[in-house]
Amino acid sequence: MKQSITVTVNGQARSAEIEPRLLLVHLLRDVFRLTGAHVGCDTTSCGVCTVLVDGTPVKSCTMFGVQVDGRSITTVEGLAANGAMHPMQEAFKEEHGLQCGFCTPAMMLVATALLEENPDPTEDDIRWAISGNLCRCTGYQNIVKSVQYCAEQMRQASAGAPS
Amino acid sequence: MTVTEESVEGAAEKPKDWLGQSIKRKEDDRFLAGRGNYIEDIDLPNMLHMAILRSPYAHARINSIDTSEATALPGVVAVVTGELLAQHNLAWMPTLSGDTQAVLATDKVRMQGQEVACVIAEDRYVAHDALELIDVDYEPLPAVVDPFDALEEGAPLIRDDKEGQTDNRVYHWEAGDAEATEEAFLEAHKVISVDTHYPRSHPSPLECCGCVADLNPASHRATIYMTSQAPHAIRTVFALVTGLPEQNIQIISPDIGGGFGNKVPVYPGYVVATAASLLLGRPVKWIEDRTGNLISTGFARDFHMKGELAVARDGQMLGVRVKMLSDQGYAYADAQPSKFKAGLFHIVTGSYDMPAAHIVCDGAYTNKAPGGVAYRCSFRITEASYLIERLVQNAAMELGMDPAELRRRNFIQPEQFPYTSATGFVYDSGDYEAAMDKALDMAGYGDLRAEQERRRTEGGMLLGIGLASMTEALGAGPSRDYDILGIKMFDSAELRVHPTGKAILKLGVRHQGQGHETTFAQIVAHELGIPPDDILVHEGDTDNTPYGLGTYASRSTPVAGAAAAMVARTLREKAKKIAAHLLEVSEDDLEWEHDRFSVKGAPSQVKTIQEIAFAAYTNHPLGMEAGLEGVHYYDPPNLTFPFATYVVVVEVDAETGEWKPLEVVAIDDCGVRINPMIVEGQIMGGLTEGFAMAAMQEISFDDDGNCIGSNFMDYLIPTAWETPHYDLGETVTPSPHHPLGCKGVGESATVGSPAAFVNAVVDAVAHLGVTNIDMPVTSAKVWEAIQRAQADA
Repeated sequence: MKQSITVTVNGQARSAEIEPRLLLVHLLRDVFRLTGAHVGCDTTSCGVCTVLVDGTPVKSCTMFGVQVDGRSITTVEGLAANGAMHPMQEAFKEEHGLQCGFCTPAMMLVATALLEENPDPTEDDIRWAISGNLCRCTGYQNIVKSVQYCAEQMRQASAGAPS
Repeated sequence: MTVTEESVEGAAEKPKDWLGQSIKRKEDDRFLAGRGNYIEDIDLPNMLHMAILRSPYAHARINSIDTSEATALPGVVAVVTGELLAQHNLAWMPTLSGDTQAVLATDKVRMQGQEVACVIAEDRYVAHDALELIDVDYEPLPAVVDPFDALEEGAPLIRDDKEGQTDNRVYHWEAGDAEATEEAFLEAHKVISVDTHYPRSHPSPLECCGCVADLNPASHRATIYMTSQAPHAIRTVFALVTGLPEQNIQIISPDIGGGFGNKVPVYPGYVVATAASLLLGRPVKWIEDRTGNLISTGFARDFHMKGELAVARDGQMLGVRVKMLSDQGYAYADAQPSKFKAGLFHIVTGSYDMPAAHIVCDGAYTNKAPGGVAYRCSFRITEASYLIERLVQNAAMELGMDPAELRRRNFIQPEQFPYTSATGFVYDSGDYEAAMDKALDMAGYGDLRAEQERRRTEGGMLLGIGLASMTEALGAGPSRDYDILGIKMFDSAELRVHPTGKAILKLGVRHQGQGHETTFAQIVAHELGIPPDDILVHEGDTDNTPYGLGTYASRSTPVAGAAAAMVARTLREKAKKIAAHLLEVSEDDLEWEHDRFSVKGAPSQVKTIQEIAFAAYTNHPLGMEAGLEGVHYYDPPNLTFPFATYVVVVEVDAETGEWKPLEVVAIDDCGVRINPMIVEGQIMGGLTEGFAMAAMQEISFDDDGNCIGSNFMDYLIPTAWETPHYDLGETVTPSPHHPLGCKGVGESATVGSPAAFVNAVVDAVAHLGVTNIDMPVTSAKVWEAIQRAQADA
């Protein structure tokens, strides 16, 4: 019944024997014990389970674990590097882009994927990009500001970086 | 090693007042790292998983429940039914309003989604598989969906389980002076009516409810991890319901993914998981799914209101009267002070100097979920605020007066505070006109009216401008008037300053994103000078925090925040004695500045709070108790009365009914702001929930009592795309009775802003004859209202 999968999670190869019906979010949370992806609705509506699969935001409550065999996943636990926060994490703190924190990991992952494609997004670009992710606390305005702040920091960093 | 004074850090730091500083939140790092600790993140060894079978019918008799197939499924450990719970006297439980609610149905189901049976299994998937194997024989009964029908003679009796209950009436309650109000209405130049339904809404925090119940048969202790905004009160309720000794119950509320009032009540899932853990001797985890959350847990609002406002020719308000019918669902479960049957709905006189008021409230049972929780508001104030602000808008329209001018003429004036309202509230402080003027100025009100007129003449999209000048009453106690199930609504703070000058502050409240870990550290920092980074704020653990009533109804800063300031002041008094001892002077010779005592006239003679803390454990005066810690239970002398003016500008397409907000201005006055960044965050979140209720949120039902709105595809909550941009501002009118001059703020914008949104849409189409559109104001409703008004004309 169970199937073997191997998947790269935050740069590390992980293997598991799982039931074909196991949802990706439960693979991450219950099998790999990475609890930053949350469950909020079961109907692909709220987005708090969003992770990046090969760099693309995916709602992990609506994908099976077996579907990520051989693929690469980034979760919020993979954002920080070498003990330092990712600029997106710093930005959310700086601009008060979170309150209860439940939607935050998913919001940050979606926002990093946006900046990967579009380093200088407009407010509308940002609002559209995160419109599949609900937040009940912030009213989104500070999330938008966080993403703008991060984009600015990253543009400055890349402008200052030696070519 | 020996601890020496030199090893105490921070003593040389420059003093600074932390009050009013927008410092970054101390709690953020763990959430940003994905290392928050929410209920679903808690796994215990040998833990079982629970799933709930819910009724598909709104009203039905249960003839039988066959659990044999489910029980036989490999991995299933137990199937719990109401019959089993009844053997332990646990089939029913009390609600927060002193009614009863079924834990698991025994005789009948009385709402769709009611809990019928629970499966306990080794694995969550298996638990859900087994639900499908339970065979329940239901005999459907006629459902009572409309609360007016519920009170008709011959309506099916919903609570036939309750002795002496012969109809579907929950309560009848009146406030104010009927006679005086009658007289006021006889004097009226005009009487303005608004007949409206504040629709049933649901707080729907993104994290659903859940618990991990761990009744350890070896230690006899019940450790229950639970999504609770009020863990101490829950502990007491659990002790009373289960008979477990209270000292053996520990409620731990871990990080909570939003609450908004939804996580105040006790829900059947918590009770069954606890009972199952007790019976099986193993930890049991229950995580609610979204449908369960939306259809069965505490709803909000659902008031049918007929309001009338009597005005004189010049616009002076003479009186207000209201008839209200509340749709309570099948149990009266409002989380509210027991003295007031309809919460604080009697604050319906709002921000106005209203000589007379009379309200008549009735509650009706229907075949719907119980609740009536304070969804981001202080006990039914949202409904009251909405009604009076809609009445004022319509009064302005009828009088041909500018709505701002009508408000200006009737505001309670600054010199009238403390102001006793016609229904008995004593408003603490306010300057309503200042807040409104600032809001009008920021919105460019004069230009907007000109633009509105231009568009009406020249055609195109219509412009509407809506105002709401709300006053809230929050921060319950005082205990003489406010209690939940008899437990008085005080709150508490315990402060321990460690030898190294660091501290831990323990509170009886429980935050769900409001930033307590930062705000309350700033309060202690302000009072004692210990930097916020040196103060750990601990909440949500009943073994390790003093008793408190919890976080809801914007009561944390007004009550627990006051307790934190007061306990810090007590410690400062003790610190003064220690400083006098260390400096070998009399206490009278000392003066306090920020974080230190110095000798008057000899400013170099100083002891910082860190040095004093160290001495409290190493060199305290003979005869004095060692240590620097204390606890304070704060019973507020009054509620606090924050206020605001919200201005919303909308554009309406009269051809299609589509509308969208162009501008939202919010001027809030919550007294002194401890952390302005956090306060503004609360206001923007509150505005969004106000917009949500005005524009889209509604839990409705079909004629059979099927819930329309059982998932996020049917129950709409706003995304970033449609949520407007906000412009915020403030005025500051301190509360005269709060130790720091603070008032609550977390809910003001949710309370006040819905009327501003609706007033704006009505204002846009008023010239077409429209006087009211019920929430949620959908495009279809706007279009219909225009068609109807045109047909009438």
